Amino acid sequence: MSELEIRGLRVTFDGFTAVDGVDLDVAPGDLRFLIGPNGAGKTTLVDAVTGLVKAEGSAKFGGAELLGRPVHRIARSGIGRTFQTATVFEELTVLQNLDIAAGAGRSMWTMLRRRKDVPEAVAQAMETVGLTDLADSPAGTLAHGQKQWLEIGMLLVQDVKLLLLDEPVAGMSHDERQATGELLQRISEERTVVVIEHDMDFMRSFARSVSVLHAGKVLSEGTVAQVQADPKVQEVYLGHVEDTAVVQEA
Amino acid sequence: MNVLKGRSARAWAGFAGAAVVLFAIAPLALSDFRLGLLAKYLCTAMVAVGICLAWGRGGLLTLGQGVFFGLGGYAMAMHLKIADAGPGNLPDFMQLYGTATELPWWWKPFENPLFALAATVLLPMAVAALLGLFIFRRRVKGAYFAILSQALAAALAIWLVGQQATTGGTNGLTDIQGFFGYSLDDPVNQRLVYFVIAAALLLLMAIARQLINSRYGELLVAVRDSEERVRFLGYDPANVKLVAYVVAAGMAGLAGALFVPAVGIISPALIGIVPSIEFVIGAAVGGRASLVGAVLGAVAVAWAKTALSEEFPAAWTYFQGLLFIVALAFLPGGLASLAVLVRRRRKASPAQQTAAVPLGEAA
Repeated sequence: MSELEIRGLRVTFDGFTAVDGVDLDVAPGDLRFLIGPNGAGKTTLVDAVTGLVKAEGSAKFGGAELLGRPVHRIARSGIGRTFQTATVFEELTVLQNLDIAAGAGRSMWTMLRRRKDVPEAVAQAMETVGLTDLADSPAGTLAHGQKQWLEIGMLLVQDVKLLLLDEPVAGMSHDERQATGELLQRISEERTVVVIEHDMDFMRSFARSVSVLHAGKVLSEGTVAQVQADPKVQEVYLGHVEDTAVVQEA
Repeated sequence: MNVLKGRSARAWAGFAGAAVVLFAIAPLALSDFRLGLLAKYLCTAMVAVGICLAWGRGGLLTLGQGVFFGLGGYAMAMHLKIADAGPGNLPDFMQLYGTATELPWWWKPFENPLFALAATVLLPMAVAALLGLFIFRRRVKGAYFAILSQALAAALAIWLVGQQATTGGTNGLTDIQGFFGYSLDDPVNQRLVYFVIAAALLLLMAIARQLINSRYGELLVAVRDSEERVRFLGYDPANVKLVAYVVAAGMAGLAGALFVPAVGIISPALIGIVPSIEFVIGAAVGGRASLVGAVLGAVAVAWAKTALSEEFPAAWTYFQGLLFIVALAFLPGGLASLAVLVRRRRKASPAQQTAAVPLGEAA
């Protein structure tokens, strides 16, 4: 399995530096949470790694440089992501969504024919994310949480080695969060998972390691306990007791 | 699986029904003159099949299909003009307007019937592939794509008008007499041309149906609805759109080629901005995402144009514009979406009735 290795990553938009020299290593099989206040540069970091925005520095996955390559090539090299708002193909069914996600390597001949049965990987992914019963429902009719599961299922059939998830439990009920967290733990046994998250309870329950971003830089890194004990983190993020309470209530 | 079988059985029945109408009922019921008009409408419908694929499924608002219709039409007409003139002679309009004593170099390959026939489809496809590579790689989309494709239609028409000595200018290539050795004055041969067109339309519909139902068709819809997301799944959306654009261009080219023997003329006025928009209106009114809807819409609008412009020549253009706006604003799925709605109602109504009973009791 391969490792994500980010060195001196910088992203600037018209003079504003959103990511300012980030170094980050995520080992294979890790379940890493990226936390930090709004505007810390978490999503921009993921955007840079997946080719959506231009960046300086270096981001390697399994030794291969990612920066400067087109989005679809990066995706094909085994890196998948989700977005803050679940983006699935609303007019296509759950099965069609997953089948498309599974098919980037298909030959012309396969593409031009009709799908005769459900591919093994697709059936497995539907089972894993619990959407088998909804296989023929249009994705647009799914509940919010189900859409996010479908997105994770799409990453599974895409057979990515690195999953970058942007707030995967936003808007989910407590039970759904629990189920998603357990799912992510299972997935991370075979793959590397990076999660951007605001929900501190969720982070404490499921993170294997945590990186705290602040103003475009990595402020602290380590286990949940180490990060929480870090005075720098307490000052900018977790320190104000009132703020933490607000985050937890929300 | 049963749903799939039901769908394909319905499609076969539909094709069989369409074949009976086109090959038996229409030739028996219509006069030679009306059958000739129908042949012309069916050519418009062939363009609509491509528009259904590119616009309805792929979201590419192709406002310039006249370019490909024209390329196919001119490729066919050039060969027929050379054949009409006979070996060693120049086509009539060149003798009238031109100073040349022999065929221009780019006319020469069209002397060969096989080259000309292949060119009617392959030339539009090649041009579309070149344009598409440029357009889709640069991520030109939406309204910009529509405007660009329309500008191309205007450019081709203007260029043709300027080349009177070699393209016939504003008049176009007119007065075409023969079609691969058959005289087009003979009503029997006109009928033959009609049958060729009807068969070609059914063939194009079958090809489009296969593409729409294939995995590629699903991917095309995905690109239409969320191009960025598709890119993150490892596909290059530019290639996906390119295929639909090129296939639609080939279909428009074949339509243009068969339009020439059916009507006897191809001219800049038949391929410029106005006809390019008319191709799209038919598909929009009938239902751009539905193959049958787009085809019937194209035939209906072309028929309405003949019928209404005879009565109210000045009002037709306004009526047509209004039709387009009303269809896009109030019925984006076209008339086909009404049919789907009715079918769903009918299916849903028994369930609704049973569900309504307890609700009524509770009230």
